Amino acid sequence: MISADLSAIFYLVSGILFILALRGLSSPDTSRKGNYFGMAGMIIAIVVTFLSIGNFSTSLIYVIIFLIIGGVVGALIAFKIPMTAMPELVAGFHSLVGLAAVFVAIAAFLNPEAFNLGVIGKIKLASLIEMSIGAAVGAVTFSGSIIAFLKLRGIMSGSPIIFRGQHFLNLILGIGIFVLIFYLCKTQSANIFWTVITISFLIGVLLIIPIGGADMPVVISMLNSYSGWAAAGIGFTLENTALIITGALVGSSGAILSYIMCKAMNRSFFSVILGGFGADNSTDDKKDKRDQKPVKSGNAEDAAFLMKNASSVIIVPGYGMAVAQAQHALREMVDKLKSNDIKVTYAIHPVAGRMPGHMNVLLAEANVPYDEVFELEDINNDFANSDVAFVIGANDVTNPVAKTDPKSPIFGMPVLDVEKCKSVLFVKRSLSPGYAGIDNELFYKDNTLMLFADAKKMTEDIVKNLD
Amino acid sequence: MEIDPFIFRLSIFILSIFIGYYVVWSVTPSLHTPLMSVTNAISSVIIVGAIIAALAGSSERIFNISSIFGFIAILLAAINIFGGFLVTQRMLQMYKKKKDKKK
Repeated sequence: MISADLSAIFYLVSGILFILALRGLSSPDTSRKGNYFGMAGMIIAIVVTFLSIGNFSTSLIYVIIFLIIGGVVGALIAFKIPMTAMPELVAGFHSLVGLAAVFVAIAAFLNPEAFNLGVIGKIKLASLIEMSIGAAVGAVTFSGSIIAFLKLRGIMSGSPIIFRGQHFLNLILGIGIFVLIFYLCKTQSANIFWTVITISFLIGVLLIIPIGGADMPVVISMLNSYSGWAAAGIGFTLENTALIITGALVGSSGAILSYIMCKAMNRSFFSVILGGFGADNSTDDKKDKRDQKPVKSGNAEDAAFLMKNASSVIIVPGYGMAVAQAQHALREMVDKLKSNDIKVTYAIHPVAGRMPGHMNVLLAEANVPYDEVFELEDINNDFANSDVAFVIGANDVTNPVAKTDPKSPIFGMPVLDVEKCKSVLFVKRSLSPGYAGIDNELFYKDNTLMLFADAKKMTEDIVKNLD
Repeated sequence: MEIDPFIFRLSIFILSIFIGYYVVWSVTPSLHTPLMSVTNAISSVIIVGAIIAALAGSSERIFNISSIFGFIAILLAAINIFGGFLVTQRMLQMYKKKKDKKK
C-alpha cells in the first residue's frame, strides 16, 4: 500500500502523459509516440489505484477478470471495425464513458465510506453536488450517444424528430435537474438521486433526436465534450487529479471540435442544438427548376478521357465515398493518373463525412500519403489553376450557392471553389439534393459533367478506361 | 486562514482546460478522428473510481450492490480503454509518408 500523497503524485504524472498524448497528434510523425504516452498514463493510473487500496482479497481476482473481459471485447472491436464505421464506433464509446460515469457515481452514492465521502445519509455536501453533476452529465452523454449511434448506424432515421414545445420541455427538464439536486443536498434522499439520473437519460434522448444526420459531426464532438465533463465531475468526487485533468482536456477538446465543425458550416452552435436542419426543404418550386435546367451527363469513358488529358486533378471526396466504400478504387484511379504524370491532390472540407477528420482516415486507410491531402483553406486557390475536379460523394460543400445566394440556408458556409476548375466531374447517383435539401448549382454549369452511378462502380469503370 | 482543498482541485481543473485549449488547437485537422478516439480512451481513466468501488466489498461479500456497479463500470471502461487506444493505434499506423507505404 502506498501513501495518498505518493499516489496523488502518480496521478499527476498520468495526467501529464495524457496531455502529451494529445500533444503528439499535432503531426502524424509524432502521433504514434503520443499514443504510447497515453497508454503509459493509463497503466500508471490503474496500477497506482490497486496499490493505494492495497486490498488484495478475492475481490481483486474478480476486478482483473472484468478488466480482461472488457479488454478482450475492446480489442476485438478495435481490430474488426471497418474505418467507414468510425463515427458509430466513437459514438458507441462515448456512451460507455457516460454509463461508466453514472455507475461510478451510483456506487459512490451507495457506499460513500469506500470513497471517503462520509456515510450514507450524511454524504459531504460538495461531494454530493459533484457526484450528481457527474452522474447527470454522464447519463446525458450515455443516452445521447446511443441515439447518435442509432442514427449513424442507420437503425434510426437520420431525419430530425421534432414536436411542439420540444425546447420548452428540455428547458423545464434542465431546470428540474438543478432543483432536484438542490433538494438532494437537503434531504440526501436516494429517490431523488435516482430521479435525477432518470431525467438526465431522458434529456440525452430529447437533445439528440431533433438533430439531423447532417449535423452529426457537431453532435459527436459535443458528446465527446460531455463525456469529458462527466469524467471531470467524477474526478472532483473522487478527488483524483488524473481524472480532473483528463476530464478538462477531453471537455475542451470536444468543445473546440464542435466549434470548428459549426464554423465550417457557418452555423451557430445553438442553431445546431435546437435542430431541425434539413427537415423539409424539397419544395415543388425547386423540383420544377430542376426539371427545366439542362444537365450534361457522361460515362466512365468520357471521364477517363478528360482526366488523361489533364495535367492536374483535384479529388474532392465526401460522405458518399465512405458509403460506397470507394476509397480503394479511388486510390487505384489516382495511381493510374500519376503514372501518366498527372498531378493529383485531394481537397477535404472540414465537415466532409460524419465526424471530424473522417475523410482523412479513409484516405489514409487506402494508403494515400497524407502530404497529398489538403484542407479547405490550403487548397482552395488551386482550383482555378487545375484542369479537372473529381467530386466523389461530396455535394453541399461544393455548392457555389453558398457564395452567391444570401437566401440559401447554406449561405456563408465556406465551400470548395470547385467550379473554378476547367472541368468538373461529379460522381453522384442522381440529381437529388444533399442533406441540406438544396439544389447544387454546380450540376448545371457548362463545365460540369455528371457521372450518374454508384461511386465505387464508376471509379472502377474509369480505372478500366484509363488503360 | 486555510484554503479548502477543493480550490486547489478547481485550479488544476481550470488550468487543464487552458492546456487542453492550446494543445487541441495545435492538433492537425487530418488527425481529428484519432483525436476523438484517443480522448475517448483517456477519459476512461474513470476506471480508477470503478476499481475503488469494486474493491470496497468485504471478503465475505464481494458482490454488494455498490460493488456490482463498480464491476460493471470496470467492464465498460475496459472496453473503452483497450478499444480506444488500439483503434487509435490502428488509424495512426495508416498515416505514413510516401516512402514508407510501398513495401
